[in-house]
Amino acid sequence: MIREKDKQLLSHIYRGKKIARRYMVTNGFDGTLTMLGMMTGFYVSGTKELGVAINACLGAAVALFVSGFSSAYLSEKAERQEELRKLEQALLIDLEDSHYGDASRYLPLLIASVNGLSPLSLSLIIVAPLFLAHHGILLPWSPFLVAIAVALICIFLLGVYLGKISRQFWLWAGLRTVFIALILVATILMFDI
Amino acid sequence: MTTTRKIVLDVLKPHKPNGVDFATALAQLSPDYHVRLSVVEMDAKTESVIVVVEGNNIAFDSVSELIKKMGASIHSIDEVEVHGSETI
Repeated sequence: MIREKDKQLLSHIYRGKKIARRYMVTNGFDGTLTMLGMMTGFYVSGTKELGVAINACLGAAVALFVSGFSSAYLSEKAERQEELRKLEQALLIDLEDSHYGDASRYLPLLIASVNGLSPLSLSLIIVAPLFLAHHGILLPWSPFLVAIAVALICIFLLGVYLGKISRQFWLWAGLRTVFIALILVATILMFDI
Repeated sequence: MTTTRKIVLDVLKPHKPNGVDFATALAQLSPDYHVRLSVVEMDAKTESVIVVVEGNNIAFDSVSELIKKMGASIHSIDEVEVHGSETI
């Protein structure tokens, strides 16, 4: 059972739900497209070394996590502190020990975690076929092609989720994001040397 | 031994939590608390409210601590009703 004081804190934090949701989609989209680009690049270049590809993808995934977490934390922290200071000026009291103070400390951490974990988790899902193939599990196609298919599914699901938020037809919303991903793949294929 | 039965407070609070949540949180401090809140003045970021707390034995410290925790401040104690008891 949630205590009343926690409810008060959650009601402040709840305001961050929309921000976290937006960050989850935008940075998740970033992470997925980055992985899709890398997989397409590896595939067209005929890379055979799965270990190298996995390390490169993991490096990019960790970089996306650190970048997402730190950028969101720093910007949200600054925003919350500014908001808290303005409210303190209006009320002429110190709000550090209030639910507002608690929320200004926890909300940036919550949003930063979402912003960092979203691209990291999606990247790990996309890299998974490479892991499986590297450990001797047979896949129906090239592991890079399977990873590209997984990335396209992830992008489609992100689109469907966006469609659900904006109350659009889910299939159209999903196909729209897949279309963007296909443009990315086509562009990389065009620059293939 | 005395018991505080009624306190009327002039409080300056932010818009959130709203009046319903604010009064509900105070009323949940004790099952016999009866809380009434009325808005006196509204500003861009704050609102002045009169909070009336009634009960059999009001713990003022808990009330003021929760008000502070919700980001509000007590400007004045406008009315108090205290009942004394007969001592032998």
